Formats: sequence, C-alpha cells, structure tokens
Amino acid sequence: MRPEVPGPSHPRLAASGRLVAVAGILLLAYKLLVNDRAKFSGLLVGLTFSVFLMIEMTSLFAGVLNRSSSTVFNIGASIWIMDPAVNTVANTIGMPDYVLDAVRSIDGVRFAVPLYSGGALVRLRSGTYQPVTVIGIDDTSLFGRPSVIRGSIEDLFAENAFLVVKDAEYSKLENPGVGTDFEINDHRGVIVGIAEVSTSGLFGIPTLYTTYQRAIQYLPTTRYTISYILVEPKSPADTVRIQRAVNRLGYLALTKEQFVARISDFYKYQTGLGTNILLMTVISFIVGLSISGQTFYTFIVENLDKFGALKAIGAKGHELVTMILFQATFVALTGYGLGIGLCAILIALARLKIPDYAAVITFYNLGLALAMVIVIAGFSGYIGVRKVLRIDPFDIFRG
Amino acid sequence: MSDVAISAHGIEKWFGEGEARTHALRNVSFDAYFGEMLFIVGPSGSGKTTLLSVISGILRPDDGRVIIDGVDVWHLDDDELAAFRLAKIGFVFQDYHLFPRLTTLENIAIPLVLRRYDWHEAQAEARKYLRIVGLENRAQLPPVKLSGGEQQRVAIARAIVSQPDILILDEPTASLDGETGRMIMAQVVYLDDAHVTGKCHPSQ
Repeated sequence: MRPEVPGPSHPRLAASGRLVAVAGILLLAYKLLVNDRAKFSGLLVGLTFSVFLMIEMTSLFAGVLNRSSSTVFNIGASIWIMDPAVNTVANTIGMPDYVLDAVRSIDGVRFAVPLYSGGALVRLRSGTYQPVTVIGIDDTSLFGRPSVIRGSIEDLFAENAFLVVKDAEYSKLENPGVGTDFEINDHRGVIVGIAEVSTSGLFGIPTLYTTYQRAIQYLPTTRYTISYILVEPKSPADTVRIQRAVNRLGYLALTKEQFVARISDFYKYQTGLGTNILLMTVISFIVGLSISGQTFYTFIVENLDKFGALKAIGAKGHELVTMILFQATFVALTGYGLGIGLCAILIALARLKIPDYAAVITFYNLGLALAMVIVIAGFSGYIGVRKVLRIDPFDIFRG
Repeated sequence: MSDVAISAHGIEKWFGEGEARTHALRNVSFDAYFGEMLFIVGPSGSGKTTLLSVISGILRPDDGRVIIDGVDVWHLDDDELAAFRLAKIGFVFQDYHLFPRLTTLENIAIPLVLRRYDWHEAQAEARKYLRIVGLENRAQLPPVKLSGGEQQRVAIARAIVSQPDILILDEPTASLDGETGRMIMAQVVYLDDAHVTGKCHPSQ
C-alpha cells in the first residue's frame, strides 16, 4: 500500500498558514546567505562602509549647520529682526535705535529687546591674546541669558562683569574662574559667573556674555549698534503681522526656525560646503552600490544552479523573488545598522580627542542613509531576481 | 488515480538553429505505470535527459502531450506546473545539486519547506529519511564533507522526503564507482514501495 502523501491538504499542513510557509522560505534564504561567510562578510563590509561614509558626511554637515545657528538656539527668541543683508549670525549689520522703538510700537509685540553680537580680542593674564565672541544681552531683562552654573546672573550688573560659557572652547581662556580678570579692548573685564549653553559655536572661539550697554561701550562698533532685535509676540498668531510691519520698516523679521533655515541655506548654497558634502555622500552611495551590487550579483551567480534546483524541485517564481529580496534587504539593513553603530562610535571617540568635533546624527541623516540603502538593496535584489527568473531548470537537469 | 503514471504522446523536441539544429526527441510515445520501475537506456547524447525533462514538466516539448496522473502538464501555467512538480515528482539530478552552505539534514528538508512545512517540523521529517538512507550520523555535516555515494544518498533522501508519486533519477550512479553504484540502486529498489520511474546510466 502506498504511504499517505503529505501535501497542502494534509492535516499537518492545513494547520500551517502562509506565514509559516514564508517563514520557512525566508529561513532557507537566510541560511543560504549567512552560511556563505566570505560573501556575506564582503557584502556587510561594503554596505557598512558605505553607510558609515554617508552618515559621517551628512552628520558632519548637520553638525556644522547646527553650530552655525548656535546663537539662535542659545538665545531662544521667537522672532529675530535684522538687516535684510544678514545671512549668518556672525556677520551682523547694525541697526539704529529707532528701529527698536518702532518695533516696540507694533501691535502684537509683547516685548522687544536689543542684542549685540560681535567679536573681540581678549588679553589673558598670561599675556596671550584670544579672540572671543561677545554677546550683549538687554540690560533690563537680561533676555537670552545663558544658564549660570557658577556665580550669579545678577552679578552681571556689577562693574566690568562678564559671564564665560563653559564649552569646548573654555580652556582657550586658560580656564578662568569667578573673579578672573582679563583685558578687552583696553577695558578691564571680570568673570562673574560661568554659564553653559545648549549648542557650542562654529568657529572654535570662546563666548562671553555681558550686558548690551557694556558691550557697545567696551567694543568698537559702527554708528548703529543693535545687531538684532529680539521680539516675543503676544501670541503666535501675531507673528505674521509683526513680520509684515517690520518689512515695511525696511528690515527683516524671521522666526527662530526661519532664521536657522536662512543660515543653513547660506552654508549649503553659498559656501560650497553643501556641494562638497553632497558630492562625498553621492560618492559613498556609489561605492556602496557598486560593492554590494557586484558582491550580491556574484553571490547570485555562484548560487544560480542552486536556485535552478529549487525551481526544478517546485519553487514558484514569486518564492524565489521573495528569497532574493529578503537576502538583499537583510544584508542592507544589517549593513545599515553596523554603519550607524560604527559612525556613532567614531564620533564618540573623536569627541574624546576633539571636544569641539561638530557632527550630529539626525533623524534626517538616518532617513537619508536608509533611503539610499533601500535603493542599494533594491538594485542588488533586482539584478539577482532578473538572473534567477531567467534560469532554465533544464540547464540544472542536464548538469 | 489512474494506473498510468506518465503518458507521453508524440513528443518532439528540437534544439539549436540552422545547421546546428538537432532533433533531440522524435515522436516519442510511451506509458509508465505506477508501481513500475522504468529504465531509459541509450548512448550519451541520445536525449535521455531531454526526455526526462519533458516528461517531468521542466522542458516544454515542441510538439506532443505529457499526461501525468491524468493532468496534461503542459497546459498548466508556470506556478501551477511548479506546484505540480513539487507535489507529484521527486528529482535526483545528475550532479546532485545539493546546497553546500546547508547541512545534510537541511538539504533533505528543502522540498518540505517548499511544501509549507514549519522549518523544525521539516527537519524532524527529514531526519527520518536520513535514517532510511543510512546517514543519520551525517545530519549536521555540509554535503561537501560527504563522499560521492553519500551525497547521492542525500539527493535520494531529498527526492523522496515528500513522498512523491513519481521519482525521477537522472544518471543516479554516473559519477560513482561500480560498488557504490550497485549499493545506490539497491537502495532505490528497496525504496520502491512508492511508485518510481527512473533512468540509469548505460553502464548499469
């Protein structure tokens, strides 16, 4: 008597669903891929390297952009008013005092304060000179002040008072403590507090905070002294009205986000930095695509007879496609994860040696790299699928 | 189920173009019955493999019909044909075509995985057939660590693991020495409680 033939109608098989069927085929594909260690390693190395380069490049760029807007983040005003020619925080164009008065009279403005932002040369006790960024905040409200971690913010009203920001550049001022004095443009300056801010600056120089009036008194300025006017609207709905009114005055009012975007656009499109980073990212993508595409193609070609045997045994076309796409996706996502890990480790190590290392892994970077990896996986999978679907099982049969 | 396992009628197959055109199968007709062991014997290049491919739904003939267990196989589409082969036919290829990156046990389980068995269940079932071909202690070895005869037995176990109605062996002893070849054939005969069609090397 012939034995019972298990098949799709067999009770044991009836209980197993499509998921089990797919899981078995995927496990088979996984083993075929992973057990070929040389090819699998080659694929992973190629993809990891590619993802690492893509994320490192874009993270560096994101870090630079983030730091280029550090003053905007640290001050935290909702609306920034400036001369229309201003593109970055560093290059300010002074505005006359009457603009401040005019802004304060605009309907919807809760308050408006001046901000000074400029550079100076500090002579330290050792006799060395150190360039610094000086931020002069409104004398009355101290709006935009940093978080003071040592000393007291009220001491900023004392004579010659400055706050120093304790960031990666702090040591360039010879690690001053509260009470340390220095010379700034023939004036005496005294550190009355040590502060911290959320984002360090781009140019690798220390930052000092003082009052607006002291800043314009101590530092050489142009005829007009207000770098920015910081505005808080009565409600978010007043923002557009304030912007229109400021435009009528001949100046530019930007929300914090708009100002950050304007600064980013400047670095992206007017400095060549964006183009270079984009080129490096594209090169990384091409390298990854080439390495993984070529290795995956070799992997498929070397296993072509095995896929042909599967086809002859009874694997359907869509099952083979599923296997190959799974292999391409698995290797791509593994390489993606390893690339991110490698990049994160390298950035962490770099920061141990270079505290000012500007690299930030953002969700945008990750998304961009993921999209590129998906393209690589799709391309690799496509060439594999094309090859496998063309196999004639008869070629396998006749050996 | 009819007693006729495979019925071939007027099979014609040509290969190549122009002067290289070869008439590989010329009006081949035969019936093979369940329970029968059929040997196709001929010199090299006489079209044995081509005939096996045509009657097993792998190579489309230029003319003629192939009816397997009542189904005209060349009227099925590709997916139906694949499913039909998987359900009805077990293959032992000339070059075994075992997967070197899988263990012996996993190789045998492949048809069951394609037949939607759970992976572990397929392994358990495959182990029974590994025992039948006497290679239970080789379960976790890759095929490359096995001798030619052992690899052939693994290929046979893979062909019969899903208990197909028809077993097709293409030159199952071609690359084996005489002693091992006789042992393999003895094993096939032993396993012939299922209905088997087969082909062996002219030297057998």
